[in-house]
Amino acid sequence: MKRFLAAACFTVLTVLSATICIAAPGTIKIGALFSVTGPPSFLGEPERNTAKMEVDEINAKGGINGKKIELIVYDTTGDATKAVQAANRLIKEDKVVAIIGPSTTGESMAVLPVAEKEQIPLISCAAGSKITDPVKKWVFKTAQNDGLAVAKIYEYLNKKKISKIAIITVSDGFGSSGREQLKVNAAKFGIQIVEDSTFGPKDTDMTAQLTKIRGSQAQAIICWGTNPGPAMIAKNVKQLGIKLPLFMSHGVSSKKFIELAGDAADGIILPSGRVIVSDVLPSSDKQKKSLIAFVKDYQKHYKTEGDHFGGHAWDAVMLLKNAIEKGGETPSQIRDQLEKTQNIAGIGGIFNFSPTDHAGLSKDAFVLVQIKDKDWALVK
Amino acid sequence: MRFLNSEILKFILLALFILILPHVAHEGYLLNVLVFVGIHSILALALNLLLGYAGQISLGHAGFFGLGAYISGILTATYSLNPWIAMLIAASVVTLLSFAVGFPVLKLKGHYLAMATLGLGVIIYIVFNEAVDYTGGPSGLSGIPNLSIGTFSFDTDIRNYYLIWTFALIAIALSLNLVHSRIGRALRAIHDSEVAARVMGVNARLMKVQIFALSAGLSAIAGSLYAHTMTFVSPASFGFNFSVELVTMVIIGGLASIYGSLLGAALLTVLPELLRAFQDYDIIVYGLLLIIMTMFMPGGLAKGFPQAASYLRTRFGKRSSPDA
Repeated sequence: MKRFLAAACFTVLTVLSATICIAAPGTIKIGALFSVTGPPSFLGEPERNTAKMEVDEINAKGGINGKKIELIVYDTTGDATKAVQAANRLIKEDKVVAIIGPSTTGESMAVLPVAEKEQIPLISCAAGSKITDPVKKWVFKTAQNDGLAVAKIYEYLNKKKISKIAIITVSDGFGSSGREQLKVNAAKFGIQIVEDSTFGPKDTDMTAQLTKIRGSQAQAIICWGTNPGPAMIAKNVKQLGIKLPLFMSHGVSSKKFIELAGDAADGIILPSGRVIVSDVLPSSDKQKKSLIAFVKDYQKHYKTEGDHFGGHAWDAVMLLKNAIEKGGETPSQIRDQLEKTQNIAGIGGIFNFSPTDHAGLSKDAFVLVQIKDKDWALVK
Repeated sequence: MRFLNSEILKFILLALFILILPHVAHEGYLLNVLVFVGIHSILALALNLLLGYAGQISLGHAGFFGLGAYISGILTATYSLNPWIAMLIAASVVTLLSFAVGFPVLKLKGHYLAMATLGLGVIIYIVFNEAVDYTGGPSGLSGIPNLSIGTFSFDTDIRNYYLIWTFALIAIALSLNLVHSRIGRALRAIHDSEVAARVMGVNARLMKVQIFALSAGLSAIAGSLYAHTMTFVSPASFGFNFSVELVTMVIIGGLASIYGSLLGAALLTVLPELLRAFQDYDIIVYGLLLIIMTMFMPGGLAKGFPQAASYLRTRFGKRSSPDA
């Protein structure tokens, strides 16, 4: 029974220590919601790492207008319920002036009404275009809209005179949003989707879908998904001896994909943020300076290459920093300053917000890259 | 008669506590957590009727919860139906559906029943993800209205708190009534020995299906409340993990204990919030606490607290006697 007492003491102690909260005076509190664990952790982890790194750096340089930033990160595990609870906590208990995140479209859509009601600026790191379309007063986003990536591929197809395509998309938030955009934009570019198939996020063999595509009229295949599914598709395409050109989404624009797909990755074309090709960009590129700084920093701190997911958080922190520097102190001032953002070169692209555009990027935010000899090459 | 009075007294005390709580914990954020405690309490209660009293496990309750939320959400957001009617439809559809599914599924026992209900939950989850045209797919369904009476809309935490806890109290009252009735005794008989119960004239097969349908219907109501409180639903909230979390709430709270369900739901909802201070290590501490609790309080919080109290009393008594 002594053990019971010990357990009880332990419980009481942990609860007590958890409730003690120390707040430093004269700091700017910024909240962040990332799915550091759970299925979307491939987004949340680099985002959290990047945001922390960026805030530490700003503080080391003396903070913003002499005030230090305090970043409060909560893990949402990819669950909308947890994201809403955490957002409420950030706003009502931690009293943050702005929120960065969440990582996924689903969570962002869930948190969005909270930000609107409590009037706290939210900079989402998710790609779904419905987050800022229609425009919500308090909600901005840094991840490039899926529609822009689709447009980039379709432009290229037009150039190559390819009009019949097959699409294969993953059945999660990223894939379903991509599928929608692929379908919506097809007519505009005179492209016909002759085969529309999906695969599960955990599927390990897609030969069934690809065999069907092989038998269709398609002249090219576009695959929309995040690791590891698309790597499996690249391999299956090779195994089945399909000679059609294979396109991927920006969801796989990280070295991890090349690792997973191996030789099968060769020749694949995909739209991507500039971050993976930062070293081969012409020096006239406006984003080059930010990109190189981000990649080097991330490499130094976390021993792996920074990817464009982390970039979304980097951009969010930079945009906030910029807005606060320009005199944003209260949530509503920060919101107003955010909306006035012009020509800020970040990782995802060059941001221009306006009262009618809270996504702020054009299709120039993407470049087309081709995988050659296990590395990225710009497609001219 | 005396037993009945003490039950009523307990219930009134609980109702008073719930009534007063927001005046003590009026901080906005805490109130929001208490709203979720309310929803989880209804769910834990529903599952406890099935798992604790009738002894039938379900690893698919998150699915029923989600069905309630989605039916309510789609009917109101897409077809702009009155939320109250949508809630009624959601509860009826889920009850009927689980009644139909219950007959074949509840023939199974033990691990097989767990597997079948798990499968049911997974199927429902996949439908949420794949039926994009209706459910909005993985990125969710937004634009669900709040519940309202006339022009009075339940759109703040405090209003939702009273709304949801009213439902929770009604659910508690009905459950208390149920478990102390002939049916409640029959359920416990099935729990202990199905054969013996049948020999005593209990229609075990029908009763199991009935309690399964009741439990699923109650979960669907909780789902409707969730959808109208959050004004948004997405599949990730109704996955297998949440089903397991519900079973954990019931077991930590105390099997076959109405108030235990409340304690379990409260603990599992509030604890992660308290542990946020540990940042990246919160999951480890959380797991550790759960292990310790199941080791030292195998009967759950409902039995553990009185045990601890009586232990402390005897301990205190022993110490005080030499002094006297």
